[in-house]
Amino acid sequence: MKVTRRQFVRGGVAAFTVSFAAPKFLSELALAQGASRRNLVVLYLSGGNDALSTLVPYNDSFYYSRRASIAVPAANVLQIGRDSNNRLLGLHPRLPGLKTIFENGHLALIQRTGYPNSSRSHFLGTDIWSTANPANTFGAGWLGRYLDALPSPVDPLIGWCTQREVPHSLVGNRVSVPAIPSIQGYAFQSPNGNSGPEQVLSRTAMTQIASHLPADKPHLAFVNGTTQAALATLDRVASVGQYQPSVTTYGNDGLSVALRTVAGAIVRGIGTRVFWVQIGGFDTHATQNTNAANAGYANLMGTINTAVTSFYNDLKNQGLLGDTMVVQFSEFGRRVFENGSAGTDHGAGGLMMAIGGSVRGGLYGTAADLNPFSGNPTLENNGGDIKHETDFRAVYAKIIDNWLGASSSQILGGDFTSGPQFI
Amino acid sequence: MAQLSPLMSHLLRRTAFGARPDEEAAFSRLTYVTAVDGLVSFDPAQTDVDDKIGRSGYANITATTAFSPNTNIDHARQRWLFRMVHSPAPLQEKMALIWHQHFATAYSKIVGMIPSAEATRLMAAKRSSDPAGQRGQIDLFREMGMGSFRDLLVEVAKDPAMLYWLDGRLNTRNNPQENFGRELMELFTFGVENYVETDVYAAARVFSGWNLLTSLRNSSTVAFTFNYVAGNHDTGAKDFSFPIYSNGSKRIESRNAASGMQDGLDLIDALAVHPETAKRLARRFWFWFVSETEEPDEGFVSSIAKVYLQNDTNIKPVVRAVLMSPQFIDSAHRYQRYSWPVEFAVRAIKEVGYAGFSVDTARSALINMGQQLFEPPDVNGWELGPGWFSTGGMLARMNFAAQLAANQRFALRDKARPSGGSPESLVDWAKSSLSVPDLSGVTTSALLDYARAGGYTGTDAQLLNKAGGLVHLLASSGEFQFV
Repeated sequence: MKVTRRQFVRGGVAAFTVSFAAPKFLSELALAQGASRRNLVVLYLSGGNDALSTLVPYNDSFYYSRRASIAVPAANVLQIGRDSNNRLLGLHPRLPGLKTIFENGHLALIQRTGYPNSSRSHFLGTDIWSTANPANTFGAGWLGRYLDALPSPVDPLIGWCTQREVPHSLVGNRVSVPAIPSIQGYAFQSPNGNSGPEQVLSRTAMTQIASHLPADKPHLAFVNGTTQAALATLDRVASVGQYQPSVTTYGNDGLSVALRTVAGAIVRGIGTRVFWVQIGGFDTHATQNTNAANAGYANLMGTINTAVTSFYNDLKNQGLLGDTMVVQFSEFGRRVFENGSAGTDHGAGGLMMAIGGSVRGGLYGTAADLNPFSGNPTLENNGGDIKHETDFRAVYAKIIDNWLGASSSQILGGDFTSGPQFI
Repeated sequence: MAQLSPLMSHLLRRTAFGARPDEEAAFSRLTYVTAVDGLVSFDPAQTDVDDKIGRSGYANITATTAFSPNTNIDHARQRWLFRMVHSPAPLQEKMALIWHQHFATAYSKIVGMIPSAEATRLMAAKRSSDPAGQRGQIDLFREMGMGSFRDLLVEVAKDPAMLYWLDGRLNTRNNPQENFGRELMELFTFGVENYVETDVYAAARVFSGWNLLTSLRNSSTVAFTFNYVAGNHDTGAKDFSFPIYSNGSKRIESRNAASGMQDGLDLIDALAVHPETAKRLARRFWFWFVSETEEPDEGFVSSIAKVYLQNDTNIKPVVRAVLMSPQFIDSAHRYQRYSWPVEFAVRAIKEVGYAGFSVDTARSALINMGQQLFEPPDVNGWELGPGWFSTGGMLARMNFAAQLAANQRFALRDKARPSGGSPESLVDWAKSSLSVPDLSGVTTSALLDYARAGGYTGTDAQLLNKAGGLVHLLASSGEFQFV
């Protein structure tokens, strides 16, 4: 039951399309709206991250008895201390950079995030996290609603999705976020050359064609509006392509390339408020390889460590860390016990992280007690899954109120302000 | 050139990725009913077009090593695109693409577990040319895509690519694997609102022992075969929240291990004929064939669901009923589907021209358009409709149109030459060469401005630029993105 954008196109395209204006005007707009240089980078771990392998309760004997073949040995975890419930915790051994960020006080680890009656479906789960509405996932995404609430006209580069597919979280009723999977491919070609006078003629004609936004044909207007946004953002996006990072540690994988690009956009100050990056491979039903030297979950952790640490250091070197907030989520955590294929099935409560110069680092919330005794208040599903402690919407609310400067009660449709004070 | 009626053009856009000139000529002589019957009545054993690969007059392929579409995934992608362009039974390829979306399986997970040549075989091997007779998942859809949906579900459950993709190969009584059973219910049949979490656990037990056997065939080739392992099957009774049997019983009774495979067949039977499965498929057929700009018509859903159930879940009568439905024929539903990137690219090739054009150009462009074949983003498939249209995806479409028009520019100039008398006649030619709806005044005047820019001379040198340039703009227009 994945939500499509059909509904939005039908309902709101007229309002949405008028938010595109001429390119010259847009750059001024970007400057004006970029007056606050604060930006949010959402990092989505797609597939349902096994939080117990990211932040390991290495002193809980049930962690080892229920995960005989995939548990991270206590000797290998990167110890980071105790939570408020006095439970010892450590990061996955492939996260040394995150440990350093934690020690710098710039990493908040928010344990047992989720919501009541957690969906074990990837798709419904993702839609719930996207809309921040477990009761009705047929609407705009939470970040889409934030962008919708900005004063018109909105710069088309106000959001930047580094994926080909714009996620539901970023789908709004009137603001359309560009998908820029690669800066090199984000250019306009003509059959008579990719530069020069013939290309200019084609681009002029295409701009004219895309200017047609008929109110009585919302779907055509939506596609033309998308073309308009593409043509209006090409040149500024291309300027990011020349970015030279201040560190040499970024990898060549998709996540590193995406975060390097995001750093470029931030350093160039092109006015983007919300970036989206993601990494897949977390649906680890089988052969999870938590402890492998060079495979599976261990490599996912290594990839995240390299990319996020490079990004962090890059922005730190350029004095922009205080303007940047990375927030990480996944659609659910995984089952407490391993499934016999040396993997884990879909579970419930998970882990969120926030990283940035303005983050109050630390361990938030309490780890579950993995002992599956009847009535264990930290588990659910007959002791099989982690019961959520912090509603994920409380984390969203903090970001909306304290970072983006908007109203969480308006955007989330409820009061979720009593959550962890990580900003 | 033969002109198709608007209805016939609509039919071919929806079922055949548009029409090549020879198809236009052939279909212009048919009545609508004959055309529909011809499209749905192919014999999968008689539709092979692979022997035309590499011949002149057809689209090209690009291979730096020997073309090996059974074992090289990029070659497999090209072969499939070639079939979509040139097949005598385009609906066979369209249905295979639709089932690829419905049973979305991604090569990238499989290649993480077995070598790339073997993973390609599991996705795309042609049974008749594979040394071990391996049938790739796409060939399963090409063979059985118009047959019984119940049988298709059984074959999908036993399909080696699926056994890797959703981990069925690991499902044993001691270690039940929930992945396949969950998606069977949530995505492949009746949908997430019709089952509860305990059904997922029961379904995992039902399919325990539905595993995979790899063996050496002819001493060198690996054969991947479905293997029911009685010793891995959980023989206990399984209880569901919905009826499994026609007597209303919700329980699959305990069976001995040797006959335990019947558990899975019983569950598939129950799901295949569940009224909500029929309705869900009917709604999907609405979006796949009729319209994405309107929600499914209730009358359409109930009548298609009825056809499905009355025909023992056979898909061919369902597709025929869809194409003969008043809703499909209704002119208000023309150009009301957002073309999938593959539909867009293949239709552009069929309408603009293909001689000398390599489908490999489409293969690589499709990555940025958001639909790399054999690589759906997850088991839920691609996000259809407006979901295809991001700025990056739209640029990829425009740039593909530019590459195609550049490749065909000499042929386009020659076709345009008789209409080169004025900018107006040239634009009219361009509009008639692609099956676009009536264009807005804005689009037409943009095309005219483009034709006139620099002063119109109509010389061959100018036509070389402008004919291709106009085709590029038209194929890039909002109007052309709809089918």
